Amino acid sequence: MERIYFDHAATTPVDARVLQKMLPYFSDNFGNPNSQHWFGRRSVTAVDEARDLIASLIGAKPGEIYFTSGGTESDNWAIRGAAHAQAAKGKHLIVSAVEHPAMITTAKELEKEGFEVSFAPVDEYGRVDVQKLKALLRSDTTFVGVMTANNEVGTVQPIAEISALCKERGILFFTDAVQAAGALKIDVKDPAVDLLSFSAHKFYGPKGVGVLYIRSGLKMGKIITGGHQERTMRGGTTNVPAIVGMAEAFRLAQEERERNAAYVSSLRDRFISRVLREIPYVKLNGHPQERLPANANFSFRYIEGESLLFSLDLAGIAVSSGSACSSGSLEPSHALLAMGLPEGLAHGSVRFSFGKDNTPAQIDYAVDKLKEIVLKLRALSPLFPKELKNEVFEKEN
Amino acid sequence: MYTQKVMEAFQNPKNVGEIENYDGMGMIGSEACGDIMQVFIKVENGVIADAKFKTFGCAAAIATSSTATEMIKGMTVEEALEVTNKKVIEVLGGLPPQKIHCSVLAEQAIKAAIEDYKNRQKN
Repeated sequence: MERIYFDHAATTPVDARVLQKMLPYFSDNFGNPNSQHWFGRRSVTAVDEARDLIASLIGAKPGEIYFTSGGTESDNWAIRGAAHAQAAKGKHLIVSAVEHPAMITTAKELEKEGFEVSFAPVDEYGRVDVQKLKALLRSDTTFVGVMTANNEVGTVQPIAEISALCKERGILFFTDAVQAAGALKIDVKDPAVDLLSFSAHKFYGPKGVGVLYIRSGLKMGKIITGGHQERTMRGGTTNVPAIVGMAEAFRLAQEERERNAAYVSSLRDRFISRVLREIPYVKLNGHPQERLPANANFSFRYIEGESLLFSLDLAGIAVSSGSACSSGSLEPSHALLAMGLPEGLAHGSVRFSFGKDNTPAQIDYAVDKLKEIVLKLRALSPLFPKELKNEVFEKEN
Repeated sequence: MYTQKVMEAFQNPKNVGEIENYDGMGMIGSEACGDIMQVFIKVENGVIADAKFKTFGCAAAIATSSTATEMIKGMTVEEALEVTNKKVIEVLGGLPPQKIHCSVLAEQAIKAAIEDYKNRQKN
């Protein structure tokens, strides 16, 4: 059976060109960049080059790039480090209601430490309502965190407007660009951000490595204390092969961005239009236009998402679901609920995220399988109304 | 995470559907929780002659519905009341901890169907 991977928002395979760049740094050039000798110095060069390259690609200075273990650490560091460093100025933080759990959970931890957190509401498409966010701003607000694009539904956020609001008032603005980094142009000056995070494995780089951009001159706390790595701001032996791989993957992602985005969005559009036309009682979640090129998120009415996920898996198609049952909790996706989706539809949500190696034939196979599965699961569902006909429609030629 | 038996029962569930002129029906769960189980039974001389189900829920919910309805067929009503979620889990070779509640739902839906049957007998 052919295995089809439609879960690129979860992770991507390492690009062969990236892997080639990384390999020497596991064995031949294994030195610790903190060592003074020849072995160490060779690694320093590789890490410096990676830092310079990433900085130049996002309009930053090399000294503003901090290497971390990935998106979750970068997000933790951004909100915790900023909140603590600014605590004398104020203890009010704002994050959007659809942030990644790395932010939401950390914000809730900070509440226990005496910070006040407001969750900025979103519209039905998952877009932060800028006017409502503005109304939440207070004289003691020190930090605003809104992701560049959402991980579940792919909705792109109005971060330029939010950045401007924050700049006027001298409030720190952080954007989690984990989902956006491989797909959109990232420039820390346009729109201006104080802090920005991303993670290599979302754009065909290795897992376990990411970046936190910290604007120079910004007072920041630390969360990982240890040695002198990352200008004493983040302890821990430098992950040289991963950093080298991330820089190469990011360079390729940005160089090939327009071509890949055009191709992947054509696959996505083919998928979305076929699903909406051929399967009844389906809702497209997220913004119809302002969404990441790779993302299609649907709620299939009368069906629970995890059973759909496993049925697709048995047909060789890998996707993810916002249903409670897939996450191991009893609550469905907080982001979908924040968009006002009824719980039943949130439980029935499935995310398809496409990649540069997918093909139109895979899209067509997946839609055909999806139709069979939806029919079968609806026939099983006590929620499917008797007066409706359980049917799907032919492909338009 | 799921055993082979769970995946088999999920992929090829038995007893799917409704029984027209059923003698008892039980429905447990809610859309908000992501699990709803509906069980229909046909009773002849105190023995469950047929059982069918419809389930909105995860793979574990569908597998436990199939297995539980399969288990109670041929049992007396009193025997069927002794079918616990633990017994259903045993037959399936285990369930992940966060899925135990699905098997509880199956047990409750069967009990609700039998209760409905008993109430109908009284009237």
